[in-house]
Amino acid sequence: MLMFVLRRLAHAVAVMLVVALVAFTLFQYVGDPVVGLVGQDTGEKEREELREELGLNDPVVLQFARFVYRAAQADFGISYRQKRPVTELFVKRIPATLELSLMSALFALFVGIPLGVHSGLHRRSWTAKLAQSTALVGISLPPFLVGILLIYLFAVVLGVLPSSGRGDTVQIGPWSTGLLTLSGLKSLILPTITLGLFQMTLIMRLVRAEMLEVLRSDYIKFARARGLPDRAVHYRHALKNSLVPVITITGLQLGSIIAFAIITETVFQWPGMGFLFIQAVAAVDIPVMAAYLVLVALLFVLINMVVDVLYYVIDPRLRVQAAPGGRAHG
Amino acid sequence: MAEASRQPAPPRGWFARALDSDVFHSFYTSPVTVIAALVTLAFFFVAIFAHWIAPHDTFDLATISIMDSELPPAWLDGGDPRFFLGTDDQGRDLLSAIMYGMRLSLLVGFASVLFAALIGVSVGLVSGYLGGTLDDVLMRIADVQLSFPAILIALLVDGITKGLFLGQASEVLSIFVVVVSIAISTWPQYARTVRASTMVEKSKEYVQAVQVIGLPPWLIVLRHVLPNVLGPVLVIATINLAIAIIIEATLSFLGVGIPPTQPSMGTLIRIGNNFLFSGIWWITFFPALALAVLVLAVNMLGDWIRDVLNPKLR
Amino acid sequence: MDANELLRIDKLRVEFPSRRGTFVAVDALDLDVARGEIHGLVGESGAGKSTVGNAIMGLLEPPGRITGGEIRLNGKRIDAMDAAAMRMLRGRKVGMIFQDPLTSLNPLLTVEQQLVETMMLHLQVDHAAASRQAVELLDQVGIPRPGERVKQYPHQFSGGMRQRVVIALALCSNPDLIIADEPTTALDVSIQSQILDLIKSLCRERSLGVILITHDIGVIAETTDRVAVMYRARVVERGATAKVLHAPEHEYTRALISAVPRPDVRLHRFPVVSYIEDGGEARGPIDISGHWLGRFDASERHRGELARIEGVSMNFTLRRSMFPSRRTFFTAVDDVSFQVGAGEVFGLVGESGSGKSTVARIIAGIHHPSAGRLLYAGTDLTAQRLAGARRSHQRHIQMIFQDPFSSLNPRMRVRNIIAEPMLFHRLVASRAEASEVVDDLLEHVGLGREAGVKFPHEFSGGQRQRISIARALATRPRLLICDEPTSALDVSIQAQILNLLKDLQQELELTMLFISHDLPVIRQMCDRVGVMQNGKLLEVAPTEQLFEQPQHAHTRELMRLMPRLHALAPPQAVGASA
Repeated sequence: MLMFVLRRLAHAVAVMLVVALVAFTLFQYVGDPVVGLVGQDTGEKEREELREELGLNDPVVLQFARFVYRAAQADFGISYRQKRPVTELFVKRIPATLELSLMSALFALFVGIPLGVHSGLHRRSWTAKLAQSTALVGISLPPFLVGILLIYLFAVVLGVLPSSGRGDTVQIGPWSTGLLTLSGLKSLILPTITLGLFQMTLIMRLVRAEMLEVLRSDYIKFARARGLPDRAVHYRHALKNSLVPVITITGLQLGSIIAFAIITETVFQWPGMGFLFIQAVAAVDIPVMAAYLVLVALLFVLINMVVDVLYYVIDPRLRVQAAPGGRAHG
Repeated sequence: MAEASRQPAPPRGWFARALDSDVFHSFYTSPVTVIAALVTLAFFFVAIFAHWIAPHDTFDLATISIMDSELPPAWLDGGDPRFFLGTDDQGRDLLSAIMYGMRLSLLVGFASVLFAALIGVSVGLVSGYLGGTLDDVLMRIADVQLSFPAILIALLVDGITKGLFLGQASEVLSIFVVVVSIAISTWPQYARTVRASTMVEKSKEYVQAVQVIGLPPWLIVLRHVLPNVLGPVLVIATINLAIAIIIEATLSFLGVGIPPTQPSMGTLIRIGNNFLFSGIWWITFFPALALAVLVLAVNMLGDWIRDVLNPKLR
Repeated sequence: MDANELLRIDKLRVEFPSRRGTFVAVDALDLDVARGEIHGLVGESGAGKSTVGNAIMGLLEPPGRITGGEIRLNGKRIDAMDAAAMRMLRGRKVGMIFQDPLTSLNPLLTVEQQLVETMMLHLQVDHAAASRQAVELLDQVGIPRPGERVKQYPHQFSGGMRQRVVIALALCSNPDLIIADEPTTALDVSIQSQILDLIKSLCRERSLGVILITHDIGVIAETTDRVAVMYRARVVERGATAKVLHAPEHEYTRALISAVPRPDVRLHRFPVVSYIEDGGEARGPIDISGHWLGRFDASERHRGELARIEGVSMNFTLRRSMFPSRRTFFTAVDDVSFQVGAGEVFGLVGESGSGKSTVARIIAGIHHPSAGRLLYAGTDLTAQRLAGARRSHQRHIQMIFQDPFSSLNPRMRVRNIIAEPMLFHRLVASRAEASEVVDDLLEHVGLGREAGVKFPHEFSGGQRQRISIARALATRPRLLICDEPTSALDVSIQAQILNLLKDLQQELELTMLFISHDLPVIRQMCDRVGVMQNGKLLEVAPTEQLFEQPQHAHTRELMRLMPRLHALAPPQAVGASA
């Protein structure tokens, strides 16, 4: 078990380093940091001094090491566009994104899994077919379209929900939350559905496919041959076995919710990391882009690790060694 | 232990056999799939022949007049029969713009799928057949990439290239960049699947038989393994076509995709978004409808292909 | 009705409707089983025997359904019962054992959990009592340290042990009737007999009725009291096992029994079973003097020793690591040496995991040995890995594989499959000549030239092996390696293929290396035999000597485990050709 965790940790560090490398390359070769930091009428000599100060003339390896060191302390320099420390910009916005992502993830899971199980178990019922059609539509609509549609329907036509922003938030230490105010909650509804819909349909289809696959296996047949009632067969045997592969995929999907938040935040003008990132891309604001990259990578890696450990805990085949021999001829 | 006794079947031409096959049967007994196929075909047709059948050439600046902007669809008050679905903020005919946009979406979609498949299948074949350290390295790269969603990678690649060219990119380059970024973000899926299939095929005895015959590895991979691993690739390709179209639309919507001089449907939606609150709904609505229907049709076809190729799910 | 009678089936008919018409899987089947009796149901694949088992349990795969006849258990009709009542019956009155113990058990639940849930359902006991009974049950089926092992997961048991667990599960709710569907087919021979003994003793102790479904005549001979022979959905013969096997009346039964390879005597050829269809077309012998296959030059004619392996070992890496000390290996072949003379048939026999297939693949060139040499006609092939010299010798060594369903490329036409080797090695002057040779080869393996345009999936298992043989002959080999070529085929087809191989070997003056786990087959086919176990070659001897006076303990053990088939009728020619 320890070996397993250590290996995953090493893997995580490796990934982070690669990401850091990519971010660093961005800094080095895309655009000129000096140009981004100074005005147009700064003299050549001053630019040279700035270069020296920023350590841009040092060997690349040294610069990379410095970059990693600073990144580990969450120091990404100054935003080109806003001329303020990148970290400061992020700290304000992380809670917004994380809160939204979490709510969407919960939405996707708590709606997707039951629907998937239901349509897997009762393939031919009309509810299952309805759920499937909805899923199909759900996957076909680009997330931003869903957002626009919802805004139009609920904000413009019906006028019951806000079309942008977070509403009133409450500050708890470094974290600002919208869950504790009515306007905050109302603001969360549409973005959550928008962000979660795509993921929900994916989860639903996945769970359904897994259930169908498992229901054809020999041990299910054997369980029925022993007279076990459908309820036990479905929930005790089939469900448990279906969920194992679903967990890994779901974990990855949850990670991607954070990235998909970019779109949702843009549509709803949600003051989160994603919105910041988009603005940075449009303005080629490298420090912000790099910081976002590293931060998101970190989140992904953490989520992946948790998922791996979960997988390990649930599937006994990974924990205990198999017995050898005795297999068939041929 | 399988020795099915077969009734000898009379030989027939391949067309007759195709019509009689289970594949075709599942096709025409599913009305949904037939409709989906027809719709997709119609869209393809429009896309290919857009230039000839679109009522207006939206790129010819001479024909566009700002006086015609923001006109509603022809059947509403204030509409102009020349512009069936209305016009956008520049005075461009929406119907034509959608047709050209459709062409663009399909072009980007197919091109990126083709690219991604080429890279992914090659990597998968090499990785699966040769194994060893090469396999490890390639799959590590694919794994790392897979943990990041395609949209993010596409954004990054897109953003970086824009940065490199300092935003002076021409339209063609722009399209190229979008295609490449989508391709880069989606190849790992092909690679993983092809690798898995390759490893399965490699352990099959017909591959061992040709090894014994003495064929060199490259010939074995191309002539024997490749045709047998293409099935799942087709399934992924159809799913990815829909995803590619969505990503392109999203990129354009966010403002980092195709520039507005050659609008794709995503761009049109973005433009229209600004007008939603003032009641000018058609600039967003019609492109959105077209986009949704296109992706839906592609997805349904993809579903059907998947079900047909996987007999276990019946 | 006899008080002892447990199950009675009258005129059962099972149909599978489909788009292409209705397929009748079982037709007018009569069967009865008494308490304490083991009744065999034997037939080749597709005969319908598994369907009978499924029908009794009410587990027919949709769209299959019972369309005629009656099934009575203890006098009560069960075929027309509704789903809920049927469910109560399963497990409580009738239990079933499937073929593959690996997939029959839920990998995520412990053995105890699976046993307890079944018992609590049927026996109305509480958890504690069920747990105790679970441990007792494991003990009865012969699992050591049952108290400990009951809490383990299925994958922690070896194949034979797992099947015992499956048997325990089927028995835990005290059913009256057990249906065992090929319970030992997926197991090694040594384990097979243990499981069969277990079934026999449990049957006697508990007065169970057992229906034993199998394709293996040896199993029938050793285990069953009565037997019914099925062919194409019908029972063609029924009666006491001893009588049916010794003096079969129906032609199919006679043909089937004749085709079984005998361990006690070597025949020149297997009697051809032409009652069964798909027997291959008549073929004329190949006259090597005029044939393309005979066109080899003087350097290819060999006398004396043809191939030799010296001190060959093969290690497979189980776990890779950057640190050499942490790598683990699996030694598949351990210092094996033997030689094969030109024109002889050398057999390699052993259980699964003995390394015999690996040796075959080393000789064929698929694996490169970790140590040792392989000499062919005096040339050391291991020294030159991919060099041209190896290539030209390589084509003289060809191989036929075990699984007819994966040994042919499903996307290539048969004629291309066979033509590819001769074109690659430039053994023909043109595509036209290749085409002719292919047609000719197809005739000679008994398929006929029209087979060329078809795809592999259009052929049955036996026919596909013929295609494989034709492909192997396409490089004009001198040494033919046959790796379990008939293990996946029905007994009757096996006889035909083995005859074909014998004929070809004689006509073409081929040298053969014949790999098998099946001793009777080895006895029929080989001149000399080597016995392998755990990667080591234990002994080598001429066939008759090995069978009459085995030297090594393991060899003697294998001989002991061979099915006793004296009860069977002596082999005789059945049908048109002999």
